[in-house]
Amino acid sequence: MAKKKASGKKTKKAKTKKTVKVEKKAKAEKKARKPTIDDVIVEKTEELRKRGVPLKIVEEVREKLMGVRDLLTPSDVKRIVDLVAEEYFNNLVEPAEPVGTVAAQSIGEPSTQMTLRTFHFAGVRELNVTLGLPRLIEIVDARKTPSTPIMTIYLDEDHRHDREKARDVARKIEYTKVENVTRRYEIYPYQDYETGLYNATLILDLDPAMLEDKGVTRDQVAKAIGKLKNVEVEVDDTDPYKINITIQGRDLAHIQRIKDRILNTRLKGVKGIKRVIIQKRGDEFVLMTDGTNLEQVLKIKGVDPTRTISNDIYEVERVLGIEAARALIIREIIDVLEEQGLDVDIRHVMLVADIMTRTGEVKQIGRHGVSGEKDSILARAAFEMTVRHLFDAAARGEVDELRGVTENVIVGQLIPVGTGIVELYMAPSSLVRRGEE
Amino acid sequence: MNKIIRNIKFGILSPQEIRKMSQTAIVTAETYDEDGLPVDGGLMDRRLGVIEPGQRCPVCGNTLAQCPGHFGHIELARPVIHVGFVKHIHDILRTTCRNCGRLLIPQDDIEKYSRLLQRLEKRWPLLAKALINHVKKKAVKNMKCPHCGAVQYKIRLEKPVTFYEEKREGVVKLTPIEVRARLERVPSSDVRLLGLDPEEARPEWMVLTVLPVPPIQVRPSILLESGIRAEDDLTHKLVDIVRINERLAESIEAGAPQLIVDDLWSLLQYHVATYIDNEIPGLPPAKHRSGRPLRTLAQRLKGKEGRFRGHLSGKRVDFSARTVISPDPNLSINEVGVPIEIAKILTVPLKVTPWNLEEARKYVLNGPEKWPGANYIIRPDGRRIDLRFVKDRKALAETIAPGFIIERHLMDGDIVLFNRQPSLHRMSIMAHIVRVLPGKTFRLNLLVCPPYNADFDGDEMNLHVPQTEEAQAEARTLMLVQYQILSPRYGGPIIGGLQDYISGAYLLTSKSTLLTKEDVVELLAVAGYRGDMPEPAILSPKKRWTGKQLVSLFLPKDFTYRRKANINAGPMRCDDEECFHDSYVVVKKGVLLEGVIDKKSIGDQQPENLVHYLAKDYGYDFVRDFFDRVFKMFLRYIEKHGFTMTLSDVEIPREAAAKIEEILREAEKRVRELIDQYNRGVLEPIPGRTPEETLELRIMEVLADARDQAGEVAAHYLDPMNHAFIMARAGARGSALNLTQMAAVLGQQSVRGERIRRGYRHRTLPHFKKGDIGAAARGFVYSSFRRGLSPIEMFFHAAGGREGLVDTAVRTSQSGYMQRRLINALQDLRVEYDGTVRLPNGAIVQFAYGEDSIDPMKSMHGKAVDVEHIVEKVVGWKR
Repeated sequence: MAKKKASGKKTKKAKTKKTVKVEKKAKAEKKARKPTIDDVIVEKTEELRKRGVPLKIVEEVREKLMGVRDLLTPSDVKRIVDLVAEEYFNNLVEPAEPVGTVAAQSIGEPSTQMTLRTFHFAGVRELNVTLGLPRLIEIVDARKTPSTPIMTIYLDEDHRHDREKARDVARKIEYTKVENVTRRYEIYPYQDYETGLYNATLILDLDPAMLEDKGVTRDQVAKAIGKLKNVEVEVDDTDPYKINITIQGRDLAHIQRIKDRILNTRLKGVKGIKRVIIQKRGDEFVLMTDGTNLEQVLKIKGVDPTRTISNDIYEVERVLGIEAARALIIREIIDVLEEQGLDVDIRHVMLVADIMTRTGEVKQIGRHGVSGEKDSILARAAFEMTVRHLFDAAARGEVDELRGVTENVIVGQLIPVGTGIVELYMAPSSLVRRGEE
Repeated sequence: MNKIIRNIKFGILSPQEIRKMSQTAIVTAETYDEDGLPVDGGLMDRRLGVIEPGQRCPVCGNTLAQCPGHFGHIELARPVIHVGFVKHIHDILRTTCRNCGRLLIPQDDIEKYSRLLQRLEKRWPLLAKALINHVKKKAVKNMKCPHCGAVQYKIRLEKPVTFYEEKREGVVKLTPIEVRARLERVPSSDVRLLGLDPEEARPEWMVLTVLPVPPIQVRPSILLESGIRAEDDLTHKLVDIVRINERLAESIEAGAPQLIVDDLWSLLQYHVATYIDNEIPGLPPAKHRSGRPLRTLAQRLKGKEGRFRGHLSGKRVDFSARTVISPDPNLSINEVGVPIEIAKILTVPLKVTPWNLEEARKYVLNGPEKWPGANYIIRPDGRRIDLRFVKDRKALAETIAPGFIIERHLMDGDIVLFNRQPSLHRMSIMAHIVRVLPGKTFRLNLLVCPPYNADFDGDEMNLHVPQTEEAQAEARTLMLVQYQILSPRYGGPIIGGLQDYISGAYLLTSKSTLLTKEDVVELLAVAGYRGDMPEPAILSPKKRWTGKQLVSLFLPKDFTYRRKANINAGPMRCDDEECFHDSYVVVKKGVLLEGVIDKKSIGDQQPENLVHYLAKDYGYDFVRDFFDRVFKMFLRYIEKHGFTMTLSDVEIPREAAAKIEEILREAEKRVRELIDQYNRGVLEPIPGRTPEETLELRIMEVLADARDQAGEVAAHYLDPMNHAFIMARAGARGSALNLTQMAAVLGQQSVRGERIRRGYRHRTLPHFKKGDIGAAARGFVYSSFRRGLSPIEMFFHAAGGREGLVDTAVRTSQSGYMQRRLINALQDLRVEYDGTVRLPNGAIVQFAYGEDSIDPMKSMHGKAVDVEHIVEKVVGWKR
């Protein structure tokens, strides 16, 4: 082991006295006798790097070689390294490859095999998540809001190992209204004969279980309600879960409105988060929410802002920027495909995400986004809203440069991808001449 | 060399241009006179183009085939608004002065914006668009002209084509004459700032004074069997226009009252508008006598069957054929069997040279009837001779010389493109090599079914014959089936064994399979093996060979492979080479040492399988050969072995049935308990769910669990060498669930992911009590397919089945549209020579494709280089 470290590329910091010593010894030995297999591995992998193979692959090669060093001969190492280089350069994309079409097909083709069912249980049976084809369409459409907005909130080191602490954070996030902690309420309106106005007594019967669950006390509820207008709050001393409220209203409809306002009074939590569910993922606790509000949630203490994410692409773009939106598009598409058990290379998904975000804002795939902003009039006309594009082009005196695929299909020329971009021709006459000479 | 179109400019025709390109003014609504001859100055004027064959065009002197047709024109008595440009006209009217025609922003700003616009237009077309919108917005707000000081009024557009000026005194209607006058006043420099091009489209040209009349070729009349001529919709519409235009001119001439003139004018406007677009909101569509709405200009272009999508983006082609497909395992995977009848119709041009002269003569002699013959001869002067009508082919054959082109029949070895719709990915069109066969169907190897997604329940496929050498060479080097074995979707083989191939491979390579010498010879002969017999695996008492030995014969001598087999699951699980169940496949130095070959090794759509590594290490042509030889051997073995499924394969002993019954009874009891708890209100709800939802979820859990248990019991009692079971295990067909449903219990039927609940009030069927929410009443099927379903169970099963059908029908349309949009958005992207991914205008989308410039098809299931495999390949055998 020590020997391996000595000859391997390790930083000085990690070296112990012993290894330094061994290294010196190894160096001395290297001069004296023929190189060890480790030396060969280091030398050859270094060479691989110089030939232009990415570091990640070079490191993998070195690691794998070190793992089987007992079996290797120097010529084995050379052969392996050569094969790796050959394979790497072989596997590069070729110029003119129509990568866009391939990506579109690679995502479109498996989508025919997807289930249509909107709702599915994604690990959490408490939450419904849109998945499958509808979600995929939603993503490429770049809808303003997802049909099931969900956040995955990761917690910081202090909170993520303990269910209780996780629950504390969850309570801070979940939007809790008076209604949520009320078991039952009764309302008794009556008319004040002097003024002709209507008053009412509202008796809230709080739910002890819910109070406990949400971490709210009766006094907090009373206080929150007390801040409202036209309302007087009184706590019932005989029953620890009763709150009596006197409402002063103009008429019955007004009372009704005030009652609704009382029930909708915010007790705690972040706006837009309807429900929070605590889930154990690996060795940590993670919060899943119904509803999103990334901006506010990131500010809450106990939340790990580096990992927390929402599935609302526009929200992520607004809060974290376009690169985050791109990453989210990739991740959401991959998640949908994976959940359906479909195998699609991530490069295709990345291309879709890149074309959607390349201008710095999220654009849908379709007439109001990528397709609608093409340079070519013919390509736009052939896609959707044919007549309008033609009239606009005429009024603007636009010129179609015929650089894309559809335009050239329309006019009957070679398309500028694949073998179509080659503009070199052979003059058969020149061959004849050479043959004669 | 062919001419190349560099660009296409769009614009609006000016009245002068329309008159200039016109051959005649159309002045009368009559089309034919009493003798049936076209009227001069009518819509069928001879000068508009040739209609009858043999006739020569009075304008260009060409015959029907050559004459492109010529435009005419109609001088409109009063100008009318062009419906396509109402929005543009509205914009101009609102943003320019009603008096002097200047843009309603100060001169300084005009100059400033003009300079800015010029700079933006080239590099940032999107920003230029934004600037124009900004200018428009600014100009609309200005209610006083900064140039001449005239007061402006709001211009209201009343759809579809009427403009009103909202003066303080009252609302005034703007006639097209007034509109046109205003548009004329706008100086060209100001027009540019509105995003329009005054060179190609002066604003006043958006108000029509002259209407171009398209050539007859654009609107051909059809002769019905009754001898009556039916005119095209466009002609009908033009007749209307000419007629009203005539009346309007007469009325004006005669000094008719303003009211009548205005009425005729607006009628003319209506006809011209519907001539251009017959689907304008707010205008009743012009109808044919039969009540069918007319298909006018815009309708001809629009939509799936319109000019663009129907004729320009997708074209009909010659040299193609279509028929039903059927399987032929004896063909190579890159061959296609073509019926002789089709081979005699499809042709390939053969350029006659001194070297193929005799061959060419032979084809000509055979003629169109006898295969292999020829259908046409093209002489060096370009004349085409149809061999069907040549009496003395012998004489003709003698005249053939180098320089002739013979269109000979399709023959063995020709390259063709083969396609099955829907063409969802590039493997839907692959190149095959022709094998002309008797019969009436296209024949293809079963292994190419997965890429085409084809089966033989009546599927039809299309075949195209590339004509030029370039196209043929491209098809041969890029599109042949073997070059499509690896899918770019996931970097793995999409072609591979299916169904009987897998069962056969499994049976052949199982440990218990021992082959006699005769067996070995037969199997190797089928695979076309040339070489020595391997040493028998068992020498005494009798010589016996194993299936694994046979497979090994076809593996390259330095091939290394190790992977779990499909059967490696459940009780047959093994995690390393030491595997008692033979479920871990190991190949070292080209010898299949252990493990059965099943779906995981040779199946389709299985990345990182045996075929994948063979393709990566030894090339596509090797794999094609492997498919053609070894897979045929698998089939022959299954034929020798005999492989059928019978009812008794899913029969379980009474003892097992009793156990299953017990499990189900238990489950039912649990369900009743849950319902009871729910009714008493003591059911603990799942957080965030109502008690009802909780109950449903819990019941479904219990029932699903019961079915799984029943399945396990059934599997336990089934003979492991039972054919149905083998198929499920090896991955050839069917799953454990299918077996469970056949042998043990069908289980819960569902609609929309729930137990079946709709039907009658408070119950699914009248056979149940109201409010019964037990297992049976909500679609749990206790029977197995083997035992048969009760009528009620059968009904529930049908309900669940129907949902699946509806689902598929809806899904195809949705995913089809999504794919169309994806293709449209992405198709122009390509990798440039510098490795970047760009749009055609040079905009960079990715600096390196997929961040690492690796082609997913060539990758190892996404990995750039499979280092593990390379190391294994070099030193793996030492272990």
